[in-house]
Amino acid sequence: MEATTAAKRTFQIRSDTLQRFLAFGGLIILIIVFSLASPYFLTSENMGGILLATAVNGVLALGVTFVIINGGIDLSVGTVMTFSAVMTAQVMIVWQQPVLVGIAAGLLTGALCGTLNGLMVTKMKIPPFVATLGMLYITKGLSLVVAQLKPIYFNDAPIFNQVAMSSVLGSIVPALDPVKNVVLVFFVAALVAAFILGKTVLGRYTFALGSNTEATRLSGVNVDRWQTAVFMLCGLFAGLAGVVIASRLNSAQPALGAGYELDAIAAAVIGGTSLSGGEGSILGTIIGALFIATLANGLRVLGVQQEWQIVVTGTVLVLAVFLDRFLKQRSR
Amino acid sequence: MDDVLVVMEGIEKSFPGVHALSQAKFELRPGEVHALVGENGAGKSTLMKVLAGVYSKDAGRILYKGKEVEIHNPRAAQQLGISMIHQELNLMPHLTVAQNMFIGREPRQGLKFMLDEKAINAQAEEVFAMMRLNIDPRVKVRDLTVAKQQMVEIAKALSFNSEVLIMDEPTAALTDTEIDELFRIIRDLRAKGVGVVHISHRLEELKLISDRITVMRDGKYIDTVKTLDAPIDQIISMMVGRTIFESTPEVPENPSEEVVLEVKHLNRGNVIKDVNFQLKKGEILGFSGLVGAGRTEVARAVFGADPIDSGDIFVNGSKVHIGSPSDAVKHGIGYLSEDRKRYGLALGMDVEENVVLASFKKFLGAFGRVNRSKLRATAEQYVKVLAIKTPSLQQKVRNLSGGNQQKVIIGKWLTADTNILIFDEPTRGIDVGAKSEIYHLLNNLAQQGKSIIMISSELPEILRMSHRVVVMCEGRITGELSIAEATQEKIMQYATQRGEVLLVDEPAPTSTPSGDA
Repeated sequence: MEATTAAKRTFQIRSDTLQRFLAFGGLIILIIVFSLASPYFLTSENMGGILLATAVNGVLALGVTFVIINGGIDLSVGTVMTFSAVMTAQVMIVWQQPVLVGIAAGLLTGALCGTLNGLMVTKMKIPPFVATLGMLYITKGLSLVVAQLKPIYFNDAPIFNQVAMSSVLGSIVPALDPVKNVVLVFFVAALVAAFILGKTVLGRYTFALGSNTEATRLSGVNVDRWQTAVFMLCGLFAGLAGVVIASRLNSAQPALGAGYELDAIAAAVIGGTSLSGGEGSILGTIIGALFIATLANGLRVLGVQQEWQIVVTGTVLVLAVFLDRFLKQRSR
Repeated sequence: MDDVLVVMEGIEKSFPGVHALSQAKFELRPGEVHALVGENGAGKSTLMKVLAGVYSKDAGRILYKGKEVEIHNPRAAQQLGISMIHQELNLMPHLTVAQNMFIGREPRQGLKFMLDEKAINAQAEEVFAMMRLNIDPRVKVRDLTVAKQQMVEIAKALSFNSEVLIMDEPTAALTDTEIDELFRIIRDLRAKGVGVVHISHRLEELKLISDRITVMRDGKYIDTVKTLDAPIDQIISMMVGRTIFESTPEVPENPSEEVVLEVKHLNRGNVIKDVNFQLKKGEILGFSGLVGAGRTEVARAVFGADPIDSGDIFVNGSKVHIGSPSDAVKHGIGYLSEDRKRYGLALGMDVEENVVLASFKKFLGAFGRVNRSKLRATAEQYVKVLAIKTPSLQQKVRNLSGGNQQKVIIGKWLTADTNILIFDEPTRGIDVGAKSEIYHLLNNLAQQGKSIIMISSELPEILRMSHRVVVMCEGRITGELSIAEATQEKIMQYATQRGEVLLVDEPAPTSTPSGDA
């Protein structure tokens, strides 16, 4: 008896971690191939660039991971991010409020949009795909309305750009100067996300709802409330991404944002999050986000045209999911 | 009145098209095991789901410990101390055993929102120790056998310290040792003053464990008797009433000896193990067995809906390759799913469209133009032949009753020139009146030379309809009976014949309390 359960458990560990190794191994192979192909690739400057490129998409992907594990989808994160950036600028520049108030406004905007998504799904019974598609259009439009079709620059609040683009790590260890604060924000956010997903009630219900909603309901869990909370959390991460991108670009670009949601979903999926719900991890999503950024960067370093980079990303996405399916089926 | 835990009276509940409960009543005392019996569709589960807050009642009242209560949701029931273990497992497969048991009331540590994973596992271990079960609380539920999953459900209900524990067919998927184990736990609970409601089809089992038995039929209360005073025969006659005995079994004339379908050494993972059978022309072959025995899986495999690992299928004597449902249709095989709404019908389309759905090609004229008049004539013909009650051919199938929906599906397969029809639970969720119509239809089809496989979990249905009965258990065919020799007892015996099967495949997992392994 003991032998069978023990054997089963080792097998269990294998099939679960296999997936993460897959994405991680893929990332390593990618780095090796590119560094062999171009001496420039492994420079600290370029590595810093990859991390920088990962950060915004990574923060978005963290939130999306929750929604997908929960069994839903959020198509609005890209434009919610933009709207949050615009609201930050509106509060900080147009209304002349302090930097911290502006940041809070951005976060709040994201959380609010997420909550509305959640209420549309739980109370109005609109499928997540449609509800968040609606939110995509709404926030896209609102961004343009509030910003009056023009970018808002943060020239009146020069500290704000420092928030993202200076390097706290670099001031301590000069060698780490290419690692900008944006990257730090991403990794802190990831730690928080991993904590929420693994150690808190919200994380537990995120998995439970994605695994079997009806069983969770019959267990007496207030399904609507927690599902709304998951969407709110996703919105909050989108808000954070909005603040981060505004700081990084030193401006709120109201026309930006469309397409970001797809990159975020792609990062989560490459990282092993199952679109049918109940499965996924923050570590996987981090690796997924790094993978996408590394691929894009490496192809650029090699001089591959941008349009072909997109084709390659799509191919890799499909292959990653296929390989994941294939290995899982075999291990059953 | 003091020693009554629950009183339900005058309970009414209707679902669209079905009057599920009418003036139903029930009473439960502390420290008793009260069995609730009745045929499928008698309303046992519905009544108990009302008590457990899953359904809200249309009328009637519930007294709990003498006070009238309204139970609006499962949580309210749990807070009163009423837990229910549902027939279909209600677990989150991606979560661990302990996480499943304590979902919604996880122990916290420090801050209120933080989970205490150690405490959760320790508490789960305590419950298992009390049940003398050897299950690791850290294992994910999807990696357990169905029997173990069932035990997790029971452990979950026990962990609520419930005063009322409702179990809906808890033994259906358990082995004999596991059933003994369960009964031991039930007796412990009874000694502690818990009121246990036990819904089951296995009457011998109820004799062993219950104190009183309440019988329901067609959503109505029939009687409550003391178990000791009631012989099984008496309970059965209360369950079935007069209706069944009135209609003598309508087994049609013996079919010819011509074999139209033969399946040899069919295997698929753990769910189908070396299945062999033959189907003759004009025959109704009953497939019996407990839920999860693999009958539906065999049907889906033969129909090409699921891939098989190995095995051969012969139609009319020649070997065929069936890799997809469209292959099966080409060879004249039709499958009528147990879940009509999900797999059998395009609910939002009308009767006419559904009837021709599987054979649309036949109605295409030159250049792919649809021959509408031919299509209409065919649909009209089947509505008439099958006596489908619909206001028009343009009625959306969603708005038809269950029995008429079933007929539309039959019409669909007949239009496709299907000669082999696989019916999976053909009368599930269908009113009693419509049932006999469906039976009639099946008999007619068989007489016209169609060959039918009928999967059914209702033994009277199997005995009434089949020429031959094949019984499955855990993916294997464990017995085959001609209708002359088939009885409920013999079928049940084959349906629970799993001991040796387990011994061969998994040496240990049935022996549960193996100490401190």
